[in-house]
Amino acid sequence: MKVVLEHLTKIFPSRNKKDKDAEVVAVNDFDLVIPDGKLIGLLGPSGCGKSTTLFMISGLQAPSSGKIYFGDDEVTKLAPENRGIGLVFQNYALYPHMTVQQNILFPLQNLKGPNRLSKEEMLKRANDVAKLVQIDEFMNRKPSELSGGQQQRVAIARALVKMPRVLLLDEPLSNLDARLRLQTREEIRRIQRDTQITTIFVTHDQEEAMSISDFIVVMKLGVIMQTGRPQWVYDDPANLFVAKFLGTPPINVFKGRVEGEKLYIGEEEVLGVPGADDREVYVGIRPEGFLLKKNGKLSCKVSGIDVMGRDVSVVSTNENSLNPVVRSIISSDEMGNISSDEARFDLKSHKVFLFDSETELRVYFGEQVAAHEKMVAEMKEAGQYYVHEGPLPREADDADRHKTAEAPKGFFAKVKSLFTKKPKKEKPAENADMGSENEAPAEGEVPAENAETPVEKSDTPAENAENHEGEAE
Amino acid sequence: MMEKTKQPKVPLTKAEKKIRAKAIFNRWKAWLYLLPALAILGLFTVWPIINTLRIAFSNGYQGMLEVNGETFTFGIENFKTAIEVSGFGNALGNTMLLTVITVPVSTMLALLIAVALNSIKPLRRLLQTIFFLPYVTNGIAIGMVFMAMFNMIAIGGKAQSLGIINGIITAFGGSPIDWVGPNSSKVANMAVLILYIVWNALPFKILVLLGGLQGVNKQYYDAARVDGASRWRIFWRITVPMLSPMIAYVVITGFIGGFKEYTSIVGIFGEEMGPYMHAHRLDTMVGLIYDSLNGNFEGEAAAASLILFLIIFAVTMINLYVSKKKVHY
Repeated sequence: MKVVLEHLTKIFPSRNKKDKDAEVVAVNDFDLVIPDGKLIGLLGPSGCGKSTTLFMISGLQAPSSGKIYFGDDEVTKLAPENRGIGLVFQNYALYPHMTVQQNILFPLQNLKGPNRLSKEEMLKRANDVAKLVQIDEFMNRKPSELSGGQQQRVAIARALVKMPRVLLLDEPLSNLDARLRLQTREEIRRIQRDTQITTIFVTHDQEEAMSISDFIVVMKLGVIMQTGRPQWVYDDPANLFVAKFLGTPPINVFKGRVEGEKLYIGEEEVLGVPGADDREVYVGIRPEGFLLKKNGKLSCKVSGIDVMGRDVSVVSTNENSLNPVVRSIISSDEMGNISSDEARFDLKSHKVFLFDSETELRVYFGEQVAAHEKMVAEMKEAGQYYVHEGPLPREADDADRHKTAEAPKGFFAKVKSLFTKKPKKEKPAENADMGSENEAPAEGEVPAENAETPVEKSDTPAENAENHEGEAE
Repeated sequence: MMEKTKQPKVPLTKAEKKIRAKAIFNRWKAWLYLLPALAILGLFTVWPIINTLRIAFSNGYQGMLEVNGETFTFGIENFKTAIEVSGFGNALGNTMLLTVITVPVSTMLALLIAVALNSIKPLRRLLQTIFFLPYVTNGIAIGMVFMAMFNMIAIGGKAQSLGIINGIITAFGGSPIDWVGPNSSKVANMAVLILYIVWNALPFKILVLLGGLQGVNKQYYDAARVDGASRWRIFWRITVPMLSPMIAYVVITGFIGGFKEYTSIVGIFGEEMGPYMHAHRLDTMVGLIYDSLNGNFEGEAAAASLILFLIIFAVTMINLYVSKKKVHY
């Protein structure tokens, strides 16, 4: 079943309905065609509206505007039960008082009229789907008696048993441990291939999305950033956000500039960029885009070397890097080219992405232009070409979305504010560049205090003991 | 003791003494902290229970006689007299009837109201307050208000003054019913009583069930909606099982309270436990015990309380047994 989303928008009104500024635009003008029988990964950081999109497709949330089609039928106003969807919740939402079998039978027992199956048929269907997800031996257990992975499969079985037109998975793997996650995502892939049900899969884990999706949709602040085959999106990111979001270890971003078709990072001329105009740019370099050379063009200070078997990761610093460290993955053969404190790199031009420093949009150069055009043509043919054009939504916009009144309104709020702690003043600017680490010392203080308390406590029993002694004597 | 310890006794250093004292203290400190509570429990709960047992099994016990120095033989005579007392069957029957009717009715109503309250947003606070009012008002006072509402004063067979209920009945063309007066039937009395008890029992039950409802994860309802369950099925297959611990609690405490019903009858019908000219018509077990005490038949009262206790105990056991099978925790 092909799923089409047209100008889908979801606005959550503020609690005070008149206050337009506090509205949250969770999903903004979302256009997407999901081809029949494919597995699509909706990918983005938390709060980007991917779950909201999923819930709108399921019918549990009504879109503020826009339309949803399943095949040729418009389902925008249809109740969830009439859409023919299967939904797997993040924490599975298995009915705890029912056995696995009753859980799987539940959707079938709700069918009415001509769709209603006989008891034997229901049981057979439930057994078939249980076999498909390999939980047929636990049919008489309660969900609480199953492991996380097994519960997950029960949830999938319950979603599949009524043979949905579309299967929706909301962060289905986030509650599983690392090993189980790998295993289960293969499982989901297998089940999807076996059943050929159009599947939409929400995750914030790019690795997860890239490994099992036919197509991924990268979202930011309710807007589609880029869609396409995972590898294409990885190899040809349309903007800085997408480049930063995909890949582990993450892409290295430098401040740089283009002058006379040459790319400079700091004062070093690192790469020829034919066809690029002169401008300030962000330079994104994938960790595998570095070549360690004795007289390489980019110099970095080495701060550590991680050996990971086949590959070696050189951790270094560069004053123009926007990341705290520059991470490069090189093959161990090149290790001879490193001196103790300096590493010099040449860059692989197809692993270097330039982004305009104003718009953060991609600047293509050299062979990248042709490669990009080829992939665009291919994706357009598959009906999967979408790249966000125009200005990107900024984090500043994000702050606007959650605008709340600063000053307390009304008498009680004012009184209350007198008794609430004021936030501590921010630390002086010396730590400003290490935004994430600012919080660390604060956390460190708490255990330190805790460590002191037992000392005080241990005093008290000793005093008690003395008192007892005194009584005894 | 001393011979058994193999090591020769060495005088302890101060530090060792400290450690030993600390160990002893640690071993007993839980009991030390419990002591005040245990003392109060012993004085006001355990001792009265033992004393009740003693009195119940002392043949022909009367407090005044004991004060005069009389002794009593051990036996079950008090139980015999308690059961043979003329009102016993009536009191037991009334108690059973009231409990069996009011507990299921009030629980079901409370469940419906709680679900309804949980599903609306506007006016919820107001309605919650209204439903909770009976809980914070005086039972006796409300009983008198009920009596006034169901009143009918008739002189010479002609109605002179009507309470609001009879006013409504006559407004719709019916003839007034004597609900609580001297010419009332027991059925009418019971109807008023049941209405009052149910109404009075609702707030607590609504509160507990509403609390339970708010604790149910909304995703179960979302999942059920996606699965196409009708409202009715969601209620029976999701809400009720999810609330089953609260329902069990409410039912069990309801039964216990029902068997101890007394205030409501006093509130509406006065200490005579029945309408004018029909004293003790609406007697309950607790009423019976109270009368025995009033008549200085403490032995009988103690025996009757033990009987009541055994009934409550048995019913609660049955409740727990059933809930073990039906309740999902």
